[in-house]
Amino acid sequence: MSDAFATVDPTPTDWKDAAMQRHLRKRYAAERRFKLIGLGAVLLSAGFLAVLLITMMSNGLSGFSQTEVRLDIGPAEAAAIASGNPEAALAEGVYSEGGWVRLRDAGVRQGQFWLPASAVIDVAAKGDGAAEAEAAYQRLDRQGRIRTRINFGFLTGADATDPTLVGIWGAFKGSLLTMIVTILIAFPIGVLSAVYLEEYAPRNRWTDMIEVSINNLAAVPSIIFGLLGLAIFLNFMHLPRSAPIVGGLTLALMTMPVIVIAGRNAIKSVPPSIRDAALGIGASRIQVVFHHVLPLALPGILTGTIIGMARALGETAPLLMIGMRAFIAAPPGGFTEPATVLPVQIFLWSDEVSRGFVEKTSAAIIVLLVFLLAMNGLAIYLRNRFEKRW
Amino acid sequence: MKTTTIALLLLGLGLVAWLAARGKAMAFVGAGKIRPHSLPNYHGWYVAIWGVVPALAFLAIWGNISGGLIFQTVMASPEAASLPTFGMQRSAVLGEAYALATGETAAAFNPQARALAPVYARAIAFYSWIGLAVTLLIAFAGGALAYSRVSPNFRARTRVERMVMAVLLVASLIAVLTTLGILVSLLFESLRFFSMVSPAEFLFGLNWSPQMAIRADQAGSSGAFGAIPLFWGTIFIGAVIAMIVAIPLGLMSAIYLTQYASPRVRAWMKPLLEILAGVPTVVYGYFAALTVAPAIRDFGLALGIPSSSESALAAGLVMGIMIIPFVSSMADDSIAAVPQAMRDGSLAMGATRSETIRKVLVPAALPGVVGGVLLAVSRAIGETMIVVMAAGLAANLTANPFASVTTVTTQIVQLLTGDQEFDSPKTLAAFALGLVLFLVTLALNIVALRVVKKYREAYE
Repeated sequence: MSDAFATVDPTPTDWKDAAMQRHLRKRYAAERRFKLIGLGAVLLSAGFLAVLLITMMSNGLSGFSQTEVRLDIGPAEAAAIASGNPEAALAEGVYSEGGWVRLRDAGVRQGQFWLPASAVIDVAAKGDGAAEAEAAYQRLDRQGRIRTRINFGFLTGADATDPTLVGIWGAFKGSLLTMIVTILIAFPIGVLSAVYLEEYAPRNRWTDMIEVSINNLAAVPSIIFGLLGLAIFLNFMHLPRSAPIVGGLTLALMTMPVIVIAGRNAIKSVPPSIRDAALGIGASRIQVVFHHVLPLALPGILTGTIIGMARALGETAPLLMIGMRAFIAAPPGGFTEPATVLPVQIFLWSDEVSRGFVEKTSAAIIVLLVFLLAMNGLAIYLRNRFEKRW
Repeated sequence: MKTTTIALLLLGLGLVAWLAARGKAMAFVGAGKIRPHSLPNYHGWYVAIWGVVPALAFLAIWGNISGGLIFQTVMASPEAASLPTFGMQRSAVLGEAYALATGETAAAFNPQARALAPVYARAIAFYSWIGLAVTLLIAFAGGALAYSRVSPNFRARTRVERMVMAVLLVASLIAVLTTLGILVSLLFESLRFFSMVSPAEFLFGLNWSPQMAIRADQAGSSGAFGAIPLFWGTIFIGAVIAMIVAIPLGLMSAIYLTQYASPRVRAWMKPLLEILAGVPTVVYGYFAALTVAPAIRDFGLALGIPSSSESALAAGLVMGIMIIPFVSSMADDSIAAVPQAMRDGSLAMGATRSETIRKVLVPAALPGVVGGVLLAVSRAIGETMIVVMAAGLAANLTANPFASVTTVTTQIVQLLTGDQEFDSPKTLAAFALGLVLFLVTLALNIVALRVVKKYREAYE
């Protein structure tokens, strides 16, 4: 080290020197490059998000509309309907597989009747069909027998084998029931444990164990919770398979640590002066927490809860483990009936071979994303509106 | 009467008890002579809890044992003597009789069931009346006892608060129970698996084909459970490809947003990038399978590399995109934790901003970044839907990113869907894989948190 000091050149650096200028230019160029790489990384990441959303939009928006084909009821068709065999009236093969049910229920005997087009025609109408289907579509279009309507059935129906007849209401109701179970279990338990750990727990080995388990549970892969649900709720407690109650319990165990962690942070941020003031005028320790600390921490807790619920709403893997992947053609009637949920429905439809399911899958994804966005927006609103800064 | 009806009835009784006890307490507050120890509400809660909780507890226990009692009574009846002695037939008759007795079905196929149904109905009615009577007795006894104790000097608040504390403790123990539940259920099923397949074969075997033969003489009749190809696939997708995408992008985004971006840009871009972490994994999986995988297969074929439509690259790439916000926010935190003096010192010496970042900030923040990367890896190897939808099922040991590999989570889903028998090694293997996954992610998390914590302490 002493050598280094000894060899320092005492003459000042000449910054105007050509070599020095070159060196400086190089360093500034490196600076600009680095900054551009950083900007590039941000833009690339945002670009991925944009590509993802645009792909889903462009694939999925057509899923909300539906092509309909007009059936002209002639004497032959009328006879077929009257004889209780409406399928024969639809022998042309351009109508949806379940069209005869509508025809039968409508009770039309003459004139014209609009029916949903078959999946092949529907895909062709949206510009993505095979050559044959394209030709059939062109022919129908020339005859003026094609029209496009908003597909209300998609919002009110349940799963089906024909992509033109599927709906998401069944899966949505399953999600709703599952989320009700999840929040009823995870919220009280999560808030109460957060209160205990933050306000009352003595510092000892037991408390450490509780804290370690909560922190670990928050990082356990979701599929492990599925295995837990399978082993405990199905094989040990014999609760009904595929039911929202089992799904809700499993997701509750997964969501609870998130609520506990958010709750503890919210409770921690309430200043000690509030507690001291309440204790000073004679409130008991329980009254301090339940009358003063908890109401002040509630916006923070709710924000964390909504974020946890949004995560649970988008969760798929644990629900596959407990059998919520069955084909369910009717919306569930209760907590113990077989059901499926929105993300699992997306997964099931993504496995279908028929081209018509591509737009339905993307449309269901759009619905799911809208709900998640709304929940996260609500959480941000709550945080900005009600959270106090001390 | 149904159990839920009784429970609702009890809650109604609880409300009555609350009002009554509160009224009684109000009366001596109103008299004004003495200052009671507790507020009237606490007396109300005390009596309501004693009225409802023991009765509900009894109801829960009764619900579990009354089925057995009903069964015994039916078996003791003369009508049951003529039942088939055992097997399917017996349970079929009993099931039918039960359905008839509860009114689930209107008609029975079996004459013996028809004879047994009234016996069943009588037994059910008998025991449900006993249950109701005992429940109400407990409720009234508990409520009345508690009510009689309501007096100005009675310390109702202390008692109620003690109960609240007990509830709080129980709530916080549920997390421990969940952890124990995960460990016990995984260990229990894994032990059953390892009694059929040796752990050495599972952990070090190179061949994975878990199909069990239907006939014993079939080719490949004993499934092979060597999990090395699965572990390799998991590491290849989650720890190699995903991290090659996520670490540079996440780290550089964090550096740009914390060091260069204006506050307005930062305020918009940071939440935008966090949306990436909030998109459900099933959406990423669909994106990977529908858009990314075909593009990568075509690209690989154009390069002349043998490519599968379910390539490791597609799954890893999309998983990396999902992980970007995790890496970015961890890097953000650890860069922010580097003391300002270090940055100021470097800038004062004449270093440019990028030189300061590369030579001072990042090395100082490195332990935090490494911790964040470890957490991201643990998140990536436990991720299920992307690999289920975009990675393949073929257990290949290959380093070609355009080929198909399979992962631990994919195989768990694959093994546990479809027909399940809970004594075949095929199903139990899923739990063994789950145990490995649980232990590895646990270890990664503990190491990561320790690294982060140790480093934080160094600067504080």
